[in-house]
Amino acid sequence: MATALKPGSRFKSAVCETQVMVVKAPAGEHDLRCGGAPMVAPTDSAGGEPDAAFGGPTLIGKRYVNADESLELLCTKGGKGGLSLGTTPLEVKQAKQLPSSD
Amino acid sequence: MQGTWNADPPADRNRPSTMNISTILDMAAEAFGERVALVVGDERYTYAALREAALRAAARIQASGARCVALLDVASPATPIAVFAAAYAGVPYVPLNYRLTAPELNELVERIAPALLITIDDYRKLLVPRADLGILDRGEFLALPPLDGAPPQPAEDPRAIAVQLFTSGTTGKPKAAILRHENLMSYIVGTVEFGAADEDDAIVVTVPPYHIAGISAVLSSTYACRRMVLLPNFEPRAWLEAMRREKVSNAFLVPTMLGRIVDHLVEHGAAPDLPALRALAYGGGKMPLSTIAKAMQLFPGVDFTNAYGLTETSSTIAVLGPDDHRAAAASDDPLVRRRLASVGRPAAVEIEIRDDDGKVLGPEEAGMVYVRGPQVSGEYLSLGSQLDADGWFPTKDRGYLDAEGYLFLDGRADDVIVRGGENISPGEIEDVLLSHPAVADCACVAMPDEQWGEAVAAAIVLKDGAAVDAAELQELVKGRLRSSRVPQAIVFKDALPYNETGKVLRRVIRQEFAG
Repeated sequence: MATALKPGSRFKSAVCETQVMVVKAPAGEHDLRCGGAPMVAPTDSAGGEPDAAFGGPTLIGKRYVNADESLELLCTKGGKGGLSLGTTPLEVKQAKQLPSSD
Repeated sequence: MQGTWNADPPADRNRPSTMNISTILDMAAEAFGERVALVVGDERYTYAALREAALRAAARIQASGARCVALLDVASPATPIAVFAAAYAGVPYVPLNYRLTAPELNELVERIAPALLITIDDYRKLLVPRADLGILDRGEFLALPPLDGAPPQPAEDPRAIAVQLFTSGTTGKPKAAILRHENLMSYIVGTVEFGAADEDDAIVVTVPPYHIAGISAVLSSTYACRRMVLLPNFEPRAWLEAMRREKVSNAFLVPTMLGRIVDHLVEHGAAPDLPALRALAYGGGKMPLSTIAKAMQLFPGVDFTNAYGLTETSSTIAVLGPDDHRAAAASDDPLVRRRLASVGRPAAVEIEIRDDDGKVLGPEEAGMVYVRGPQVSGEYLSLGSQLDADGWFPTKDRGYLDAEGYLFLDGRADDVIVRGGENISPGEIEDVLLSHPAVADCACVAMPDEQWGEAVAAAIVLKDGAAVDAAELQELVKGRLRSSRVPQAIVFKDALPYNETGKVLRRVIRQEFAG
């Protein structure tokens, strides 16, 4: 189930507690999944168990990216399942640590 | 209405686009709900309590029908609550400067009405009552009843305005700078690691609520899940006491505040005695070299960070980090050593220097500082976006980059003195004047001149008991710089006019020489 990803859009996992917000995404439709199942709108109801083959857990506050970092998601609520685009897992973005300035 | 139902609704129907700074508090409350978020005096709020208070306030704001939420108050628990409540309610947050005069305040209220304004009696009496201004006492704002129904939903628009800040107006009428949710979220997500703070970490915030550094402190601390200790009025002794009492690990100060702390410690011959303190960040104005050098001696184990940013850039755009400070202080290489006076390298943005014709300049060439990045709003109400076609914002700060990308600032473009077509930076003359042992403080400004268009004028504050005449200071400048830099007029003052965040009010000094 491919869907457009716009900055600010939110999705939740169909199979665990995970929620994400799109920070940036390339144009076009994408097959965003969590725990192997397509992610759904925050207001949709869902059920099932995450597929362990897709990794996880997804951690609150971590940013998840594809290989060229053209897609970036912020996890706003953690859950057991792992994030993927189709069957390709998303990776945790290594934060550029800045000294606390404010 | 049945005829309008679409059998095949758009795919996005249930996917609200809600990039909104309230997400910051939602995440902190979700991950660290029971951790202490906020301390003001004896009052404490956990992240869960802060969120609950902000949601209650948001419901009150929505019920009022106000188009924005204004805060006219010193720092209190209402500060962070109002920031997030406005976001939950989907209206801009507009903190006002409580040091303004009654006419100035009422003029700003005129510009933001219809509004809901949170204040206390001291400031309420300054306001002219009007039908489109709802006033809520701080006490009432902090004691709102529990939610009666579903929590308010944030606006579904990432382009929505999160914060509207009136600029300090050191050169003219205050401009209404606007920061959108997408600017601030981009800044926070790009520069702060969520939940990075340890349970015991705390930051003391002394900048006022209406300053961009006061807003970014709330957002950054909440996202890092670092306890915020708000101090309503800065005074060195009270700051040191609060630092000890709360075992504070981090603090942000404007240069004048750090200067006063250094003076206080030197005067009392005392060590700071702050074993929990790990990091001191400063910004918001030019840091005198002598102050930072002395501070590094007084706080030897502490990490110093210089943060340079503007209201229009959602706060910090360049950072001189702790390692940069130590390397500069320890180096014999003058090019490394002078970096103590730089504002560091670009953080999550790009920076370039351009000349007056828009040509991009190379290292060591001084011109106007331009900045580009998603956190940069560069936008004012009524004036619109100031970004150029490629997204660059002219900061109106002058400066240059060194070969390794360290940014050095050289005053505001508006402050440049144009004498016979020659651009003169007040900073270079001030540095020379300050090197005289009798001079405690000074500021150079343009004065009208028939022959040259503008000429250099200087206002000087002497150290206690010191004496020097104008001719001697003029000779000093002539000897070190060029004759065009010599102040044509010099006045001696008891003090220079500053705003509360340490910016010298050149507009006021210029008036002195205008006649």
